[in-house]
Amino acid sequence: MARELFNAEIRQLQDEVLALGSMAEKALLDAFESLRDGDADWSRKIVDDDQYINRKRFEIEDRCIFVIASQQPMASDLRILASILYIITDLERIADHAEGIARINLLLGDEPVPRRLGYIPAMADRAVAMLRDSLKAYIERDVEAARRICDADDEVDRLQDAVYDECIRQMIADQSTIQRNTYMIWTAHNLERIADRCTNICERVIYLVTGHMVEINISKY
Amino acid sequence: MPELQAAAEARTAPRTDVAMQPEGSPPGAVPASLPTAAPQPAGTPIAISARDVSAWYGPKLAVSGISMEIAANAVTALIGPSGCGKSTYIRCFNRMHEFAPNARVGGEILLEGTNIYAPTVDPARVRQRIGMVFQKPNPFPTMSIAENVAAGLRFQGIRSRSEITDRVERALKLAALWDEVKDDLKKPGMALSGGQQQRLCIARTIAVEPEVVLMDEPCSALDPVATLKVEDLMRELAERYTIVIVTHNMQQAARVSDYTAFLLMGDDGAGHLVEYSATQDLFTHPQDKRTEDYITGRFG
Repeated sequence: MARELFNAEIRQLQDEVLALGSMAEKALLDAFESLRDGDADWSRKIVDDDQYINRKRFEIEDRCIFVIASQQPMASDLRILASILYIITDLERIADHAEGIARINLLLGDEPVPRRLGYIPAMADRAVAMLRDSLKAYIERDVEAARRICDADDEVDRLQDAVYDECIRQMIADQSTIQRNTYMIWTAHNLERIADRCTNICERVIYLVTGHMVEINISKY
Repeated sequence: MPELQAAAEARTAPRTDVAMQPEGSPPGAVPASLPTAAPQPAGTPIAISARDVSAWYGPKLAVSGISMEIAANAVTALIGPSGCGKSTYIRCFNRMHEFAPNARVGGEILLEGTNIYAPTVDPARVRQRIGMVFQKPNPFPTMSIAENVAAGLRFQGIRSRSEITDRVERALKLAALWDEVKDDLKKPGMALSGGQQQRLCIARTIAVEPEVVLMDEPCSALDPVATLKVEDLMRELAERYTIVIVTHNMQQAARVSDYTAFLLMGDDGAGHLVEYSATQDLFTHPQDKRTEDYITGRFG
Protein backbone atom coordinates (compact mmCIF):
# COMPACT_ATOMS: atom_id res chain seq x y z
CA MET A 1 0.00 0.00 0.00
CA ALA A 2 1.46 3.31 -1.07
CA ARG A 3 1.30 6.63 0.80
CA GLU A 4 2.04 5.23 4.25
CA LEU A 5 2.84 8.66 5.68
CA PHE A 6 -0.42 10.08 4.37
CA ASN A 7 -2.34 7.10 5.77
CA ALA A 8 -0.69 7.66 9.14
CA GLU A 9 -1.58 11.35 8.99
CA ILE A 10 -5.24 10.52 8.37
CA ARG A 11 -5.26 7.98 11.21
CA GLN A 12 -3.76 10.59 13.52
CA LEU A 13 -6.41 13.12 12.53
CA GLN A 14 -9.18 10.61 13.14
CA ASP A 15 -7.76 9.86 16.58
CA GLU A 16 -7.82 13.59 17.26
CA VAL A 17 -11.48 13.74 16.21
CA LEU A 18 -12.25 11.00 18.75
CA ALA A 19 -10.33 12.88 21.41
CA LEU A 20 -12.38 15.99 20.67
CA GLY A 21 -15.53 13.85 20.79
CA SER A 22 -14.55 12.60 24.25
CA MET A 23 -14.01 16.16 25.43
CA ALA A 24 -17.43 17.18 24.11
CA GLU A 25 -19.08 14.14 25.71
CA LYS A 26 -17.44 14.87 29.06
CA ALA A 27 -18.57 18.49 28.87
CA LEU A 28 -22.13 17.35 28.17
CA LEU A 29 -22.22 14.79 31.00
CA ASP A 30 -20.59 17.19 33.45
CA ALA A 31 -22.90 20.05 32.50
CA PHE A 32 -26.01 17.97 33.04
CA GLU A 33 -24.76 16.56 36.35
CA SER A 34 -23.71 19.98 37.62
CA LEU A 35 -27.21 21.22 36.79
CA ARG A 36 -28.82 18.22 38.48
CA ASP A 37 -26.64 18.60 41.57
CA GLY A 38 -26.74 22.41 41.70
CA ASP A 39 -22.93 22.50 41.71
CA ALA A 40 -21.97 26.06 40.65
CA ASP A 41 -18.20 25.49 41.00
CA TRP A 42 -18.38 22.53 38.65
CA SER A 43 -20.39 24.60 36.14
CA ARG A 44 -17.85 27.43 36.28
CA LYS A 45 -15.10 24.94 35.50
CA ILE A 46 -17.07 23.61 32.52
CA VAL A 47 -17.47 27.18 31.21
CA ASP A 48 -13.73 27.83 31.68
CA ASP A 49 -12.67 24.54 30.10
CA ASP A 50 -14.64 25.17 26.92
CA GLN A 51 -11.63 27.12 25.63
CA TYR A 52 -9.60 23.88 25.51
CA ILE A 53 -12.25 22.27 23.35
CA ASN A 54 -12.25 25.27 21.02
CA ARG A 55 -8.47 25.17 20.86
CA LYS A 56 -8.48 21.45 20.08
CA ARG A 57 -10.97 22.01 17.27
CA PHE A 58 -8.78 24.71 15.70
CA GLU A 59 -5.67 22.53 16.00
CA ILE A 60 -7.40 19.72 14.11
CA GLU A 61 -8.76 22.15 11.54
CA ASP A 62 -5.30 23.67 10.97
CA ARG A 63 -3.73 20.26 10.53
CA CYS A 64 -6.52 19.11 8.24
CA ILE A 65 -6.15 22.15 5.99
CA PHE A 66 -2.40 21.63 5.84
CA VAL A 67 -2.87 17.99 4.87
CA ILE A 68 -5.32 19.01 2.13
CA ALA A 69 -2.88 21.60 0.82
CA SER A 70 0.16 19.36 0.96
CA GLN A 71 -1.30 16.01 -0.08
CA GLN A 72 -3.98 17.14 -2.54
CA PRO A 73 -6.31 14.29 -1.58
CA MET A 74 -8.84 12.82 -3.96
CA ALA A 75 -11.91 10.60 -3.72
CA SER A 76 -12.29 8.82 -0.35
CA ASP A 77 -9.25 10.61 1.08
CA LEU A 78 -10.85 13.94 0.24
CA ARG A 79 -14.17 12.83 1.73
CA ILE A 80 -12.42 11.75 4.94
CA LEU A 81 -10.75 15.13 5.35
CA ALA A 82 -13.84 17.13 4.38
CA SER A 83 -15.88 15.09 6.88
CA ILE A 84 -13.37 15.77 9.62
CA LEU A 85 -13.73 19.51 9.03
CA TYR A 86 -17.50 19.27 9.43
CA ILE A 87 -17.52 16.83 12.33
CA ILE A 88 -15.11 18.85 14.46
CA THR A 89 -17.36 21.88 13.97
CA ASP A 90 -20.34 19.87 15.18
CA LEU A 91 -18.40 18.53 18.17
CA GLU A 92 -17.22 21.98 19.14
CA ARG A 93 -20.79 23.28 18.92
CA ILE A 94 -22.02 20.34 21.04
CA ALA A 95 -19.53 21.45 23.68
CA ASP A 96 -20.85 25.02 23.35
CA HIS A 97 -24.36 23.77 24.10
CA ALA A 98 -22.99 21.89 27.10
CA GLU A 99 -21.39 25.12 28.24
CA GLY A 100 -24.81 26.75 27.76
CA ILE A 101 -26.35 24.24 30.17
CA ALA A 102 -23.57 24.95 32.70
CA ARG A 103 -24.31 28.68 32.43
CA ILE A 104 -28.01 28.00 33.05
CA ASN A 105 -27.03 26.24 36.28
CA LEU A 106 -25.16 29.40 37.30
CA LEU A 107 -28.32 31.43 36.54
CA LEU A 108 -30.40 29.08 38.70
CA GLY A 109 -28.13 30.06 41.60
CA ASP A 110 -28.81 28.28 44.81
CA GLU A 111 -32.17 26.77 43.88
CA PRO A 112 -32.40 23.82 46.25
CA VAL A 113 -31.77 20.25 45.14
CA PRO A 114 -33.20 17.82 44.18
CA ARG A 115 -34.41 19.90 41.29
CA ARG A 116 -37.56 19.24 39.33
CA LEU A 117 -36.12 18.49 35.91
CA GLY A 118 -39.00 16.56 34.34
CA TYR A 119 -37.92 14.93 31.09
CA ILE A 120 -34.57 16.75 30.94
CA PRO A 121 -32.56 13.79 32.35
CA ALA A 122 -34.13 11.54 29.73
CA MET A 123 -33.18 14.05 27.02
CA ALA A 124 -29.61 14.19 28.33
CA ASP A 125 -29.39 10.38 28.34
CA ARG A 126 -30.45 10.20 24.73
CA ALA A 127 -28.21 13.07 23.64
CA VAL A 128 -25.17 11.39 25.21
CA ALA A 129 -26.10 8.06 23.60
CA MET A 130 -26.54 9.75 20.21
CA LEU A 131 -23.14 11.38 20.50
CA ARG A 132 -21.39 8.12 21.41
CA ASP A 133 -23.21 6.16 18.74
CA SER A 134 -22.59 8.70 16.02
CA LEU A 135 -18.84 8.69 16.70
CA LYS A 136 -18.89 4.88 16.75
CA ALA A 137 -20.68 4.89 13.39
CA TYR A 138 -18.05 7.33 12.14
CA ILE A 139 -15.14 5.15 13.15
CA GLU A 140 -16.80 1.98 11.87
CA ARG A 141 -18.05 3.69 8.68
CA ASP A 142 -21.48 2.21 9.49
CA VAL A 143 -24.12 3.79 7.26
CA GLU A 144 -26.99 1.72 8.64
CA ALA A 145 -26.12 2.70 12.21
CA ALA A 146 -25.89 6.34 11.11
CA ARG A 147 -29.42 6.19 9.73
CA ARG A 148 -30.74 4.48 12.89
CA ILE A 149 -29.17 7.07 15.17
CA CYS A 150 -31.00 9.81 13.35
CA ASP A 151 -34.31 8.15 14.18
CA ALA A 152 -33.52 8.78 17.86
CA ASP A 153 -33.60 12.50 17.17
CA ASP A 154 -37.39 12.29 16.82
CA GLU A 155 -37.63 11.02 20.39
CA VAL A 156 -35.48 13.89 21.63
CA ASP A 157 -37.81 16.29 19.82
CA ARG A 158 -40.84 14.68 21.51
CA LEU A 159 -39.20 14.94 24.92
CA GLN A 160 -38.47 18.60 24.27
CA ASP A 161 -42.16 19.11 23.44
CA ALA A 162 -43.03 17.47 26.73
CA VAL A 163 -40.62 19.69 28.68
CA TYR A 164 -42.01 22.77 26.95
CA ASP A 165 -45.64 21.83 27.65
CA GLU A 166 -44.93 21.09 31.29
CA CYS A 167 -42.99 24.34 31.78
CA ILE A 168 -45.76 26.40 30.16
CA ARG A 169 -48.34 24.66 32.35
CA GLN A 170 -46.36 25.48 35.48
CA MET A 171 -45.82 29.11 34.44
CA ILE A 172 -49.55 29.59 33.88
CA ALA A 173 -50.34 27.98 37.22
CA ASP A 174 -47.72 29.92 39.18
CA GLN A 175 -46.13 33.08 37.78
CA SER A 176 -43.32 32.92 40.31
CA THR A 177 -41.93 29.91 38.36
CA ILE A 178 -41.64 31.79 35.07
CA GLN A 179 -37.93 32.44 35.34
CA ARG A 180 -36.82 28.95 36.41
CA ASN A 181 -39.14 27.31 33.85
CA THR A 182 -37.68 29.55 31.15
CA TYR A 183 -34.26 28.23 32.14
CA MET A 184 -35.59 24.67 31.86
CA ILE A 185 -36.87 25.40 28.34
CA TRP A 186 -33.41 26.74 27.42
CA THR A 187 -31.81 23.61 28.84
CA ALA A 188 -34.10 21.40 26.80
CA HIS A 189 -33.34 23.48 23.73
CA ASN A 190 -29.59 23.00 24.23
CA LEU A 191 -30.06 19.24 24.48
CA GLU A 192 -32.24 19.19 21.41
CA ARG A 193 -29.59 21.09 19.44
CA ILE A 194 -26.95 18.60 20.61
CA ALA A 195 -29.07 15.77 19.20
CA ASP A 196 -29.36 17.67 15.91
CA ARG A 197 -25.59 18.06 15.75
CA CYS A 198 -25.30 14.29 16.21
CA THR A 199 -27.53 13.79 13.17
CA ASN A 200 -25.16 16.09 11.25
CA ILE A 201 -22.29 13.78 12.19
CA CYS A 202 -24.33 10.82 10.95
CA GLU A 203 -24.98 12.59 7.65
CA ARG A 204 -21.21 13.01 7.29
CA VAL A 205 -20.75 9.29 7.92
CA ILE A 206 -23.10 8.57 5.03
CA TYR A 207 -21.24 11.05 2.80
CA LEU A 208 -17.91 9.58 3.82
CA VAL A 209 -18.96 6.08 2.81
CA THR A 210 -21.22 6.73 -0.17
CA GLY A 211 -20.13 10.10 -1.51
CA HIS A 212 -23.74 11.27 -1.37
CA MET A 213 -24.90 14.19 0.71
CA VAL A 214 -28.26 13.47 2.29
CA GLU A 215 -30.37 15.20 4.91
CA ILE A 216 -31.68 12.20 6.75
CA ASN A 217 -33.52 13.87 9.56
CA ILE A 218 -35.00 17.32 9.40
CA SER A 219 -35.63 18.56 12.91
CA LYS A 220 -38.89 20.37 13.51
CA TYR A 221 -36.98 23.01 15.45
CA MET B 1 -38.13 21.91 -6.96
CA PRO B 2 -38.14 18.20 -7.85
CA GLU B 3 -37.49 18.86 -11.54
CA LEU B 4 -34.37 20.88 -10.71
CA GLN B 5 -33.21 18.15 -8.37
CA ALA B 6 -33.81 15.52 -11.05
CA ALA B 7 -31.85 17.59 -13.55
CA ALA B 8 -29.00 17.99 -11.09
CA GLU B 9 -28.98 14.25 -10.42
CA ALA B 10 -28.95 13.55 -14.15
CA ARG B 11 -25.91 15.78 -14.56
CA THR B 12 -23.93 14.09 -11.86
CA ALA B 13 -25.19 10.53 -12.15
CA PRO B 14 -22.46 7.99 -12.78
CA ARG B 15 -22.51 6.98 -16.38
CA THR B 16 -21.24 3.48 -16.35
CA ASP B 17 -24.67 1.93 -16.75
CA VAL B 18 -24.69 1.61 -20.51
CA ALA B 19 -21.29 0.04 -20.95
CA MET B 20 -21.62 -2.51 -23.65
CA GLN B 21 -19.65 -5.14 -25.41
CA PRO B 22 -18.95 -3.94 -28.93
CA GLU B 23 -20.50 -5.94 -31.69
CA GLY B 24 -18.25 -8.40 -33.41
CA SER B 25 -15.51 -8.43 -30.78
CA PRO B 26 -14.17 -11.89 -30.15
CA PRO B 27 -15.46 -13.49 -26.97
CA GLY B 28 -13.01 -13.25 -24.12
CA ALA B 29 -10.83 -10.66 -25.86
CA VAL B 30 -11.55 -8.09 -23.20
CA PRO B 31 -11.52 -8.85 -19.50
CA ALA B 32 -15.10 -8.71 -18.28
CA SER B 33 -14.19 -6.31 -15.51
CA LEU B 34 -13.09 -3.60 -17.90
CA PRO B 35 -15.88 -1.70 -19.62
CA THR B 36 -15.41 -1.32 -23.33
CA ALA B 37 -17.77 1.57 -23.80
CA ALA B 38 -18.94 4.57 -21.93
CA PRO B 39 -22.14 6.41 -22.42
CA GLN B 40 -22.32 9.97 -23.49
CA PRO B 41 -22.44 12.86 -21.06
CA ALA B 42 -26.16 13.28 -20.41
CA GLY B 43 -28.02 16.07 -22.15
CA THR B 44 -24.94 17.41 -23.91
CA PRO B 45 -24.35 17.67 -27.67
CA ILE B 46 -21.70 15.23 -28.80
CA ALA B 47 -18.72 16.32 -30.87
CA ILE B 48 -16.98 12.99 -31.36
CA SER B 49 -18.29 9.45 -31.06
CA ALA B 50 -15.50 6.93 -30.71
CA ARG B 51 -16.84 3.42 -31.18
CA ASP B 52 -14.87 0.35 -30.23
CA VAL B 53 -11.60 2.03 -31.11
CA SER B 54 -8.50 -0.18 -30.99
CA ALA B 55 -5.00 0.80 -31.99
CA TRP B 56 -1.97 -1.30 -32.80
CA TYR B 57 1.75 -0.72 -33.26
CA GLY B 58 2.57 -3.54 -35.61
CA PRO B 59 1.24 -6.68 -33.91
CA LYS B 60 1.07 -5.03 -30.48
CA LEU B 61 -2.36 -3.99 -29.32
CA ALA B 62 -2.03 -0.63 -27.51
CA VAL B 63 -5.68 0.40 -27.13
CA SER B 64 -8.43 -2.15 -26.81
CA GLY B 65 -11.93 -1.38 -27.99
CA ILE B 66 -12.56 1.94 -26.23
CA SER B 67 -15.80 3.76 -26.93
CA MET B 68 -16.41 7.27 -25.70
CA GLU B 69 -18.79 10.05 -26.54
CA ILE B 70 -16.96 13.36 -26.31
CA ALA B 71 -19.16 16.28 -25.25
CA ALA B 72 -19.10 19.35 -27.47
CA ASN B 73 -17.87 22.65 -26.02
CA ALA B 74 -16.53 20.95 -22.95
CA VAL B 75 -13.17 19.77 -21.70
CA THR B 76 -12.75 16.02 -21.50
CA ALA B 77 -9.66 14.70 -19.74
CA LEU B 78 -8.02 11.31 -20.20
CA ILE B 79 -6.02 10.18 -17.20
CA GLY B 80 -4.16 7.01 -16.39
CA PRO B 81 -0.70 5.66 -15.65
CA SER B 82 2.09 5.69 -18.21
CA GLY B 83 1.61 3.14 -20.92
CA CYS B 84 -2.16 2.90 -20.59
CA GLY B 85 -2.71 4.06 -24.15
CA LYS B 86 -4.21 7.47 -23.53
CA SER B 87 -1.87 9.34 -25.90
CA THR B 88 -2.28 6.64 -28.54
CA TYR B 89 -6.04 6.85 -28.16
CA ILE B 90 -6.16 10.64 -28.51
CA ARG B 91 -3.89 10.44 -31.58
CA CYS B 92 -6.50 8.23 -33.22
CA PHE B 93 -8.96 11.14 -32.98
CA ASN B 94 -7.23 13.11 -35.75
CA ARG B 95 -5.51 10.29 -37.62
CA MET B 96 -2.09 11.06 -36.17
CA HIS B 97 -1.63 7.47 -34.97
CA GLU B 98 -1.25 6.22 -38.51
CA PHE B 99 2.01 8.21 -38.86
CA ALA B 100 3.74 5.67 -36.59
CA PRO B 101 5.38 2.79 -38.48
CA ASN B 102 3.03 -0.17 -39.01
CA ALA B 103 0.37 1.57 -36.92
CA ARG B 104 -3.24 0.58 -37.38
CA VAL B 105 -6.59 1.72 -36.03
CA GLY B 106 -9.79 -0.31 -35.69
CA GLY B 107 -13.31 0.81 -34.92
CA GLU B 108 -14.95 4.08 -35.88
CA ILE B 109 -14.54 7.70 -34.91
CA LEU B 110 -17.48 9.80 -35.94
CA LEU B 111 -17.23 13.54 -36.40
CA GLU B 112 -20.66 14.96 -37.15
CA GLY B 113 -21.80 11.48 -38.05
CA THR B 114 -19.00 10.77 -40.52
CA ASN B 115 -16.36 8.16 -39.81
CA ILE B 116 -13.01 9.95 -40.11
CA TYR B 117 -11.46 6.64 -41.16
CA ALA B 118 -13.82 6.20 -44.13
CA PRO B 119 -11.83 5.75 -47.37
CA THR B 120 -13.28 8.90 -48.90
CA VAL B 121 -12.15 11.14 -46.03
CA ASP B 122 -9.01 13.27 -46.51
CA PRO B 123 -6.78 12.95 -43.38
CA ALA B 124 -5.42 16.48 -43.88
CA ARG B 125 -8.97 17.84 -43.74
CA VAL B 126 -9.57 15.81 -40.55
CA ARG B 127 -6.53 17.44 -38.95
CA GLN B 128 -7.84 20.88 -39.84
CA ARG B 129 -11.11 20.10 -38.10
CA ILE B 130 -9.47 18.31 -35.17
CA GLY B 131 -6.32 20.19 -34.21
CA MET B 132 -3.64 19.06 -31.83
CA VAL B 133 -1.32 20.64 -29.28
CA PHE B 134 1.66 18.59 -28.17
CA GLN B 135 3.62 18.06 -24.98
CA LYS B 136 6.55 20.26 -25.95
CA PRO B 137 5.88 23.64 -27.52
CA ASN B 138 6.96 23.29 -31.13
CA PRO B 139 6.82 26.63 -32.94
CA PHE B 140 8.22 26.48 -36.46
CA PRO B 141 11.80 27.57 -35.72
CA THR B 142 12.39 29.68 -38.80
CA MET B 143 9.10 31.57 -38.60
CA SER B 144 8.11 34.72 -36.78
CA ILE B 145 5.31 34.76 -34.22
CA ALA B 146 2.80 35.97 -36.80
CA GLU B 147 4.02 33.53 -39.48
CA ASN B 148 3.68 30.64 -37.03
CA VAL B 149 0.01 31.45 -36.50
CA ALA B 150 -0.54 32.10 -40.20
CA ALA B 151 1.09 28.85 -41.32
CA GLY B 152 -2.08 26.78 -41.17
CA LEU B 153 -4.08 29.50 -42.90
CA ARG B 154 -1.62 29.62 -45.79
CA PHE B 155 -1.75 25.81 -45.96
CA GLN B 156 -5.50 26.14 -46.32
CA GLY B 157 -4.91 28.36 -49.37
CA ILE B 158 -5.84 31.67 -47.82
CA ARG B 159 -3.87 34.40 -49.61
CA SER B 160 -5.61 37.61 -48.54
CA ARG B 161 -3.11 39.55 -46.43
CA SER B 162 -5.84 41.41 -44.53
CA GLU B 163 -7.74 38.21 -43.76
CA ILE B 164 -4.57 36.53 -42.53
CA THR B 165 -3.72 39.57 -40.38
CA ASP B 166 -7.19 39.59 -38.89
CA ARG B 167 -7.23 35.88 -38.16
CA VAL B 168 -3.72 35.92 -36.67
CA GLU B 169 -4.78 38.69 -34.30
CA ARG B 170 -8.00 36.90 -33.41
CA ALA B 171 -6.20 33.61 -32.74
CA LEU B 172 -3.54 35.30 -30.60
CA LYS B 173 -6.26 37.06 -28.63
CA LEU B 174 -8.16 33.80 -28.11
CA ALA B 175 -4.91 32.20 -26.97
CA ALA B 176 -4.46 35.04 -24.43
CA LEU B 177 -1.12 35.94 -26.00
CA TRP B 178 -1.96 39.06 -28.02
CA ASP B 179 -1.22 41.60 -25.30
CA GLU B 180 2.20 40.06 -24.71
CA VAL B 181 3.31 39.86 -28.35
CA LYS B 182 1.38 42.47 -30.32
CA ASP B 183 4.45 44.71 -30.64
CA ASP B 184 6.79 41.82 -31.48
CA LEU B 185 4.90 39.91 -34.12
CA LYS B 186 7.93 39.74 -36.38
CA LYS B 187 10.20 38.27 -33.73
CA PRO B 188 10.95 34.54 -33.97
CA GLY B 189 8.43 32.28 -32.25
CA MET B 190 11.34 30.52 -30.58
CA ALA B 191 12.24 33.78 -28.78
CA LEU B 192 9.18 33.44 -26.54
CA SER B 193 9.19 31.78 -23.11
CA GLY B 194 8.07 28.14 -22.87
CA GLY B 195 4.61 29.07 -21.69
CA GLN B 196 4.23 31.69 -24.41
CA GLN B 197 5.45 29.22 -27.02
CA GLN B 198 2.78 26.75 -25.96
CA ARG B 199 0.10 29.44 -26.20
CA LEU B 200 1.53 30.32 -29.62
CA CYS B 201 1.06 26.69 -30.65
CA ILE B 202 -2.50 26.84 -29.33
CA ALA B 203 -3.04 30.03 -31.36
CA ARG B 204 -1.63 28.26 -34.42
CA THR B 205 -4.01 25.36 -33.85
CA ILE B 206 -7.12 27.48 -33.38
CA ALA B 207 -6.28 29.91 -36.22
CA VAL B 208 -7.68 27.40 -38.71
CA GLU B 209 -10.86 27.28 -36.63
CA PRO B 210 -11.04 23.59 -35.81
CA GLU B 211 -14.06 22.08 -34.12
CA VAL B 212 -12.00 20.02 -31.70
CA VAL B 213 -8.64 20.72 -30.05
CA LEU B 214 -6.69 17.72 -28.76
CA MET B 215 -4.02 18.44 -26.16
CA ASP B 216 -1.46 15.79 -25.32
CA GLU B 217 0.04 16.75 -21.96
CA PRO B 218 0.19 20.39 -23.02
CA CYS B 219 1.58 21.63 -19.71
CA SER B 220 4.10 18.96 -18.82
CA ALA B 221 6.99 21.09 -20.08
CA LEU B 222 5.74 24.30 -18.46
CA ASP B 223 6.38 25.90 -15.10
CA PRO B 224 3.45 26.23 -12.64
CA VAL B 225 2.57 29.82 -13.61
CA ALA B 226 2.59 29.07 -17.34
CA THR B 227 0.58 25.92 -16.58
CA LEU B 228 -2.14 27.89 -14.84
CA LYS B 229 -2.32 30.32 -17.78
CA VAL B 230 -2.79 27.47 -20.22
CA GLU B 231 -5.39 25.91 -17.93
CA ASP B 232 -7.33 29.19 -17.79
CA LEU B 233 -7.07 29.32 -21.55
CA MET B 234 -8.53 25.82 -21.88
CA ARG B 235 -11.60 26.87 -19.91
CA GLU B 236 -12.06 29.93 -22.12
CA LEU B 237 -11.51 27.98 -25.32
CA ALA B 238 -14.10 25.40 -24.27
CA GLU B 239 -16.77 28.02 -24.93
CA ARG B 240 -15.88 27.80 -28.64
CA TYR B 241 -14.18 24.46 -29.08
CA THR B 242 -14.39 20.90 -27.89
CA ILE B 243 -11.24 20.08 -25.96
CA VAL B 244 -9.79 16.68 -25.19
CA ILE B 245 -6.74 16.67 -22.97
CA VAL B 246 -4.38 13.90 -21.97
CA THR B 247 -2.72 14.66 -18.67
CA HIS B 248 -0.61 12.93 -16.07
CA ASN B 249 -1.57 15.60 -13.61
CA MET B 250 -4.77 14.59 -11.85
CA GLN B 251 -5.18 17.95 -10.19
CA GLN B 252 -5.05 19.50 -13.63
CA ALA B 253 -7.75 17.14 -14.88
CA ALA B 254 -9.83 18.00 -11.82
CA ARG B 255 -9.30 21.73 -12.34
CA VAL B 256 -9.97 22.08 -16.04
CA SER B 257 -12.19 19.26 -17.24
CA ASP B 258 -15.93 18.69 -17.27
CA TYR B 259 -15.63 14.96 -17.91
CA THR B 260 -12.84 12.57 -17.10
CA ALA B 261 -12.00 9.12 -18.39
CA PHE B 262 -9.66 6.78 -16.54
CA LEU B 263 -7.71 4.35 -18.70
CA LEU B 264 -5.70 1.42 -17.44
CA MET B 265 -3.57 -1.26 -19.01
CA GLY B 266 -5.39 -4.59 -18.90
CA ASP B 267 -4.00 -8.10 -18.60
CA ASP B 268 -3.57 -8.11 -22.37
CA GLY B 269 -1.09 -5.21 -22.15
CA ALA B 270 -3.46 -2.82 -23.92
CA GLY B 271 -5.25 0.26 -22.65
CA HIS B 272 -8.86 -0.17 -21.52
CA LEU B 273 -11.43 2.32 -20.33
CA VAL B 274 -12.18 1.75 -16.65
CA GLU B 275 -14.44 4.68 -15.81
CA TYR B 276 -15.82 7.72 -17.57
CA SER B 277 -17.97 10.24 -15.78
CA ALA B 278 -18.46 13.85 -14.79
CA THR B 279 -15.16 15.10 -13.37
CA GLN B 280 -16.74 16.05 -10.05
CA ASP B 281 -18.05 12.50 -9.60
CA LEU B 282 -14.86 10.78 -10.67
CA PHE B 283 -12.67 12.73 -8.28
CA THR B 284 -15.01 12.71 -5.29
CA HIS B 285 -16.64 9.29 -5.45
CA PRO B 286 -15.35 7.10 -8.23
CA GLN B 287 -17.39 3.98 -8.90
CA ASP B 288 -14.50 1.63 -9.64
CA LYS B 289 -11.96 0.64 -7.01
CA ARG B 290 -9.14 0.83 -9.56
CA THR B 291 -10.01 4.47 -10.23
CA GLU B 292 -10.10 5.12 -6.49
CA ASP B 293 -6.71 3.45 -6.02
CA TYR B 294 -5.16 5.41 -8.87
CA ILE B 295 -6.43 8.86 -7.98
CA THR B 296 -5.68 8.43 -4.30
CA GLY B 297 -2.13 7.39 -5.14
CA ARG B 298 -2.54 3.83 -3.88
CA PHE B 299 -2.15 2.29 -7.27
CA GLY B 300 -0.17 -0.93 -7.40
